[in-house]
Amino acid sequence: MTFEAISNFIAAFFTLSIFSFLYKDNPFYKFAEAMFIGVSMGYAIPLVYNLTFIPFVYRPIFVEHNFWILIPALMGSLYIFRFSKNLGWLSRYPIVFGMAIVGMGVPMSMHAYVLVQVRTAMMPIDSINTFLIFLGTVTILLYFYFSKAHKGIYGKITNIGIWFMMVGFGASFGYTVMARISLLIGRIQFLMGDWLGLIK
Amino acid sequence: MKRQIPLLIVILLGFTFVIHTFVPSKLSMDFYDWYQSWIKAISPFMVLLGIMSLFMVNSNKIQRKVPNWQYSVVTLLSLVATGAIGFIWGTQEGTPFMWMFKNVQMPMGATMFSLLAFYIASAAYKAFRARSMEATVLLVAAIIVMLGQVPIGMKISKYIPETATWILNVPNLAAKRGIALGVGLGMVATSLKILLGIERTYLGGGE
Repeated sequence: MTFEAISNFIAAFFTLSIFSFLYKDNPFYKFAEAMFIGVSMGYAIPLVYNLTFIPFVYRPIFVEHNFWILIPALMGSLYIFRFSKNLGWLSRYPIVFGMAIVGMGVPMSMHAYVLVQVRTAMMPIDSINTFLIFLGTVTILLYFYFSKAHKGIYGKITNIGIWFMMVGFGASFGYTVMARISLLIGRIQFLMGDWLGLIK
Repeated sequence: MKRQIPLLIVILLGFTFVIHTFVPSKLSMDFYDWYQSWIKAISPFMVLLGIMSLFMVNSNKIQRKVPNWQYSVVTLLSLVATGAIGFIWGTQEGTPFMWMFKNVQMPMGATMFSLLAFYIASAAYKAFRARSMEATVLLVAAIIVMLGQVPIGMKISKYIPETATWILNVPNLAAKRGIALGVGLGMVATSLKILLGIERTYLGGGE
């Protein structure tokens, strides 16, 4: 048995263990699930150490002698007090320091989600499609206006918005299913091709 | 004071960033660079919190010998083993760490998500069984979009891929745009609530 065959066998074992959940919850699935959580978290540790701790904490302090970085490093270590009943309040400092970035979120969200969308929506209505896009956008926005009861003519207009949203959700749902199906095809191809060699 | 000082930091720094975005200058750019270097130095410790949480939850299960506690041992052992392998042999291509990724983590991750293909289909069947006109519209749009992505759609009718493209470019665009506008306004409102100290749940409970 070659090293590649052993590797494929292990990958196939974990793949089938996860698939076994389709029958019912069982020890193989539980084992694979527990292993998946541990491996995923364990995978992040060396990567975070190499990609963020070394370049942004260790190197500035110990190589470049920028001792100011000791302050955020100590602030970051306050996270561990999150689990302490008496000192839990200390963990608020690294959290709020990161939270302050929402200040940039106000103008950025306004620009990216509102102004850009409004600008692209304001195009000449020169075809049935541009009219439908305009109608859909306006009726959806009216649907989300809850200060007026959705009754009478207003209710009928907002109902058009619901229809547009249903088509949008249907399209998103279709895409999600297709993405999952393509992953499933990939796993079947691995089992039938790489592992069992039934597909060349 | 244990809540007021953190709140004051958010308000002061937050409004500084609002000014930074509207009035870009050398001073505000330097301030932003300084903030970035500090945030990057804080970020690795967030992972420490996640590891501690995982250790505490699982070691607690093992100590109390709750049902299926043996799987917590598997989680902790695989966590320690993967981390140790990464530190001992490095994380480059060709190392045992990458072997673990390709033959353990990646197959399980892909299978876990592909499993959802079955559940999403059965859940959709239960939820959308064409009980109303709106549900029917959703179902029909989803089927056309799915068929439009695969060769069999073209084989059934040449109009299916065209209709799928039209759905994505016209009604779907209108829906996405309407929702994006709502999301944008919601994000601005939530950000303002945080900046003005109205929203404080991120501070957690206690004093």
